[in-house]
Amino acid sequence: MAQTLEKHTLDIQKIRAQFPVLHQEVNGKPLIYFDNAATNQKPKRVIDALVKYYEHDNANIHRGAHALAARATEAFENTRVSVQKFINANEPEEIIFTKGTSESINLVASSWGRKFLNPGDEVLISTLEHHSNIVPWQMICEERGAELKVIPINEAGEIIIEALDELITEKTKMVAFNHASNSLGTINPVKHIIDKAHAVGAKVLVDGAQASSHLAVDVQALNADFYAFSAHKMYGPTGLGVLYGKRDILEKTPPYQGGGEMIKEVSFGKTTYNDIPYKFEAGTPDIANVIAFNEAILFINELGKENIAAYENELLAYATDKISQIEGVRLIGTAKEKVSVLSFEVEGIHHFDLGMWLDAKGVAVRTGHHCTQPLMDHYCIEGTVRASFSVYNTIEEIDAFIEALKSTISKFKK
Amino acid sequence: MSETINDIQNEIIEEFSMLDSDMEMTIEYIMELGQQLPEMAEALKNEDNIVKGCQSKVWLNAEAKDGKIYLEADSNTAITKGLVSILVRILSGRTPQEIVDADLYFVDKIGLNRFIGTQRSNGLGAMMKQIKIYGLAYSAKAE
Ligand SMILES: Cc1ncc(COP(=O)(O)O)c(C=O)c1O
Repeated sequence: MAQTLEKHTLDIQKIRAQFPVLHQEVNGKPLIYFDNAATNQKPKRVIDALVKYYEHDNANIHRGAHALAARATEAFENTRVSVQKFINANEPEEIIFTKGTSESINLVASSWGRKFLNPGDEVLISTLEHHSNIVPWQMICEERGAELKVIPINEAGEIIIEALDELITEKTKMVAFNHASNSLGTINPVKHIIDKAHAVGAKVLVDGAQASSHLAVDVQALNADFYAFSAHKMYGPTGLGVLYGKRDILEKTPPYQGGGEMIKEVSFGKTTYNDIPYKFEAGTPDIANVIAFNEAILFINELGKENIAAYENELLAYATDKISQIEGVRLIGTAKEKVSVLSFEVEGIHHFDLGMWLDAKGVAVRTGHHCTQPLMDHYCIEGTVRASFSVYNTIEEIDAFIEALKSTISKFKK
Repeated sequence: MSETINDIQNEIIEEFSMLDSDMEMTIEYIMELGQQLPEMAEALKNEDNIVKGCQSKVWLNAEAKDGKIYLEADSNTAITKGLVSILVRILSGRTPQEIVDADLYFVDKIGLNRFIGTQRSNGLGAMMKQIKIYGLAYSAKAE
């Protein structure tokens, strides 16, 4: 579980103080927010940046000749540079802003896929994938006559590495899988899979939605061709995401949508497209959220990813230990390498009932299939209860959650 | 049955008002109601009777007898079963017309909206819709 064993140096109470939403009661109980894998909370500096933008700088970018437009454009492009550095991309032009991980994947499946997938080609995904990294590939495979294949996992929820040798072949054109699983927390051997894919000339898309706020990501070291993630899962605003792509691949990939911003010149006879990244950013982008996103990245950078990972590993280890002692609890996903996601079921009690009871006790968790139905099928279950931790969560909250869970279970024992 | 649909709704509103909007007490009470729901025959828990649009499973069977609709239902989750039992209590044994005309204001009044949700849906909304559809179907047949 612990991949970073160093001790963290964080003052958690000071961090908590920066998150206004945490300081409230729900159903008469202090809120314990353990639904961080769905979306995590926003520090005050992100919220302030949104307000400041609308109060002082609001203007459309890349076009106006006036002061506000210049300020907004500069702030917008600053975030692009921050993102570039955050994932160690080679240059800012390789960073495309999208609506989120889903749109990033759809962009690649639809634009890259339509051009480069042909009948008989294969796209490889894993059993662990979120629907966002399944359905776009199903759609484009159907359209292009390509075939979708699936990498199996073991009981712990880890990709079966030996299966790769058989699955990755000359026919494979794309391997798309997540860096970390949203349902189980499994951290995948990204570099290993990427190397295998490249050995047969396939491209790789990594769904980094669950990795970006927990793990240090270096797209160049990984040698990823595409890397997708969402701002809202890393203390940033909703409805905003990133697609990283290598320059040469992005340049060969046709535009996704047509409109303003993405063109160089338009006449009714012919349109020439803008350079990357603008080629993929048709229309006025989500300027305010992009600008505020910079604060989320600074927040993470200032805490230090190693610190965050070390602390979250502590939380996960503690929670895993405590919950394992409760009779009737079955952990779903016991990979050796995990981000701070704890998925479980309780014998004889439906996850929906557990979720409602925990909510009544002030604990926010996610219940259901977590948009990974094929993965749930693998375990022959309908869904799980998922508690997921961020850097502002505490050991005391885990204790309260464990108590709430025990007391809930006792309600069902007559 | 001499009590009207609204009489029973008012009774239910009264019962829930004693819970003081305490979420835990409310859930506990809903689960108790579920335990009082008459058992549904296993054979009726078939694909045809599954109410679509529920995160938890709900089975609903409607039978017409002497101009009235009788409902049987069950769920695989304890809380949803309780919610289901409230609907059965209010709407079973009514004429198709009564069911079609029923205004189920109790849902708002006792704050059950949060149980109906969207993604989290336990199917109370879908169940209400399904019962109305049965009502419509039988009233059309009766004409
Ligand atoms: C692993 C994974 N992939 C993709 C997504 C989709 O992200 P978004 O909804 O922000 O597009 C999520 C979000 O739940 C996720 O956890």
